[in-house]
Amino acid sequence: MGDRRMLEQTFAIKGIKEGLLIALSPTEEWQQITAALAARIDQQSSFFAGARITVDVGERPVPKYELSSLKALLERRGLTLWAVLSDSDTTIDAAQALDLKTSTANTIPGREGADGSEFNPEEDGTPGVMIRRTLRSGRTVHSAGHVVVYGDVNPGAEIIAAGDIIIWGKLRGNVHAGADGDESAVVCALDMTPNQLRIAGYITTSPPDKRRKPRPEVASIRNNQMIVETWQN
Amino acid sequence: MGARGAKVVTVTSGKGGVGKTTTTANLGIALAQLGKKVVVIDADVGLRNLDIVMGLENRIVYDLVDIIEGRCNLRQAMIKHKQFPDLFLIPAAQTRDKTAVSPADMIQITDKLRPEFDFIIVDSPAGIERGFRNAVAPADEVLIVTNPEVSAVRDADRIIGLLEAYQKGPGKLILNRVKADMIRKGEMLSADDVTDILAIKIVGIVPEDEQVIPASNSGIPVTLNENSRAGLAFRNIARRLCGEDVPFMPLNEGGGFFQKIARLFTGGQSE
Repeated sequence: MGDRRMLEQTFAIKGIKEGLLIALSPTEEWQQITAALAARIDQQSSFFAGARITVDVGERPVPKYELSSLKALLERRGLTLWAVLSDSDTTIDAAQALDLKTSTANTIPGREGADGSEFNPEEDGTPGVMIRRTLRSGRTVHSAGHVVVYGDVNPGAEIIAAGDIIIWGKLRGNVHAGADGDESAVVCALDMTPNQLRIAGYITTSPPDKRRKPRPEVASIRNNQMIVETWQN
Repeated sequence: MGARGAKVVTVTSGKGGVGKTTTTANLGIALAQLGKKVVVIDADVGLRNLDIVMGLENRIVYDLVDIIEGRCNLRQAMIKHKQFPDLFLIPAAQTRDKTAVSPADMIQITDKLRPEFDFIIVDSPAGIERGFRNAVAPADEVLIVTNPEVSAVRDADRIIGLLEAYQKGPGKLILNRVKADMIRKGEMLSADDVTDILAIKIVGIVPEDEQVIPASNSGIPVTLNENSRAGLAFRNIARRLCGEDVPFMPLNEGGGFFQKIARLFTGGQSE
C-alpha cells in the first residue's frame, strides 16, 4: 500500500528474529548511505529505539574504520550493531576485528529458553515497538517483535510484525502479525475493521457491515482458521 | 500579526481537482474584502491556474521562476488585483517544472513579503512530491482541502501524516463540494465521517454550488457573488483565519443537519 518509491533506495530495513536487518545498497556512496540511514533513524527514533541491528553490505568491501564509524553512528542513537553480513572478506575481517557477528542464522536460540532450565521468576519479556500516535495513510511499521499502537491505524497505513499487534484505537489499515510464520500471534483492536488482516499465512478482510457498534476484538488462528471474536478477559 | 508580519497559509490536498486553486483564489479575495493585505502565490509550476481563476491571466509579465532566477525583482512579478489594490498574485511559470523551485526559494520569497502583508496564501500543486514540499516549506498554517469522498479523504490523511513528519501538522480541514441531500440519503460522507478518520479541526464546510465553475471561468471568484452559498462559506473561512469565531452555516434550509455539525464542533477532538 505504502508508496515505497518515496523511500530513499540507499537501504532497506526489515525485521528479523534477532532484531532489524538493514540491507545497504551495494552501489551507492558509503557516506551517502550512512547519512541517509542516520537521518532515517533520527526521524523514526521510536521505531528504532534500542534495536539490535544486523547490517547486510552485500559484496561491498568495508574497511574497519568505516565499519567502526557506522557502529559509533548507531550507538550514538542508542542502537547496537550486532552483526555484519557480507560476501567480502575485507568486510568480514573488519567485522571480526570489531567483535561483531558475521552470520545470524541459528547462531542464537530463539525466544524460548532451553527446556528443563531452572524456573526463573523474572520474565525477560519480548521486544516490541510502542507507537503513541495515529498511523496515517502511507505509514509503514516493520518490527521484529510486537507492535503496540496507542492511536488509530488509518486506511492506507500498514503494520508488519513478527509478533503480536495491539491497537488501542481503531484498526482500519493493513496489519500482518506473525509475519515470520508464527501462527500463535494475535491482533487486538478496540475497533476491528481492518482493510486486510493477516496472521502468519492466513488472510482475511472485514465484512462490509457499516453501522455496527465498535467493540474490542481479538483475531487469532485456531484449527487452521482465522477467528475474530469479541474480547473478554 | 506577530513580529514576523504576514501569516503564510498553504492550501494543499494530495488529490487533484478537489478545489485547492478555487479555495486559494476565494480566500485571497475574501481576506482582501476584510481589508487585509494579501499575496497569493501559485506554486503549481508548469500547471499554472490561479491567474485564470482570479482573472489576471493577461497581465502576467514575470513569474515565480523569474524571481528565483533573478530575471526580475519581487515587485515586478506581483500582479495587482483589478478590484482590490492590496491583493497581489505571484503567478507560476508555465514553461518550467517543479524542480525550478526549491523549498528554500519559497521560504526566501515569503520572508521578503512578510513585513508588508497580513496574509500570504500559497496554492500547492496536487501530489506529495517536490511541488508539495515547496508549497509547504514556508507555511505557518496548512489548510487541507478535501471532498466528501473516500479517495480524497485517503489522500488528505496521507498529507496530514507528511505534514506531521515535516513538523507543519496537523493542519486544518476545508471540506469542499458538500451536498446535503446526498449526505441525507447516505450516499456521501458527512463531516462526521470525514473527521472520524482525519481527526483534525475543520475551518470550513463549503457546499456544492453551481455558480463556482462559471465564476472560475470568468475570473471572478464566487466570493464576490453575494448570493452564492459557496461564496459565503469562503468568506466565513477568511473570517476564521483572522481569528473570528464564526458559526458554521446550515448546509440547507432544513436545519436538522446543522445540529449534527454543531455537535461535531463541540465534541470534536483533534489529536
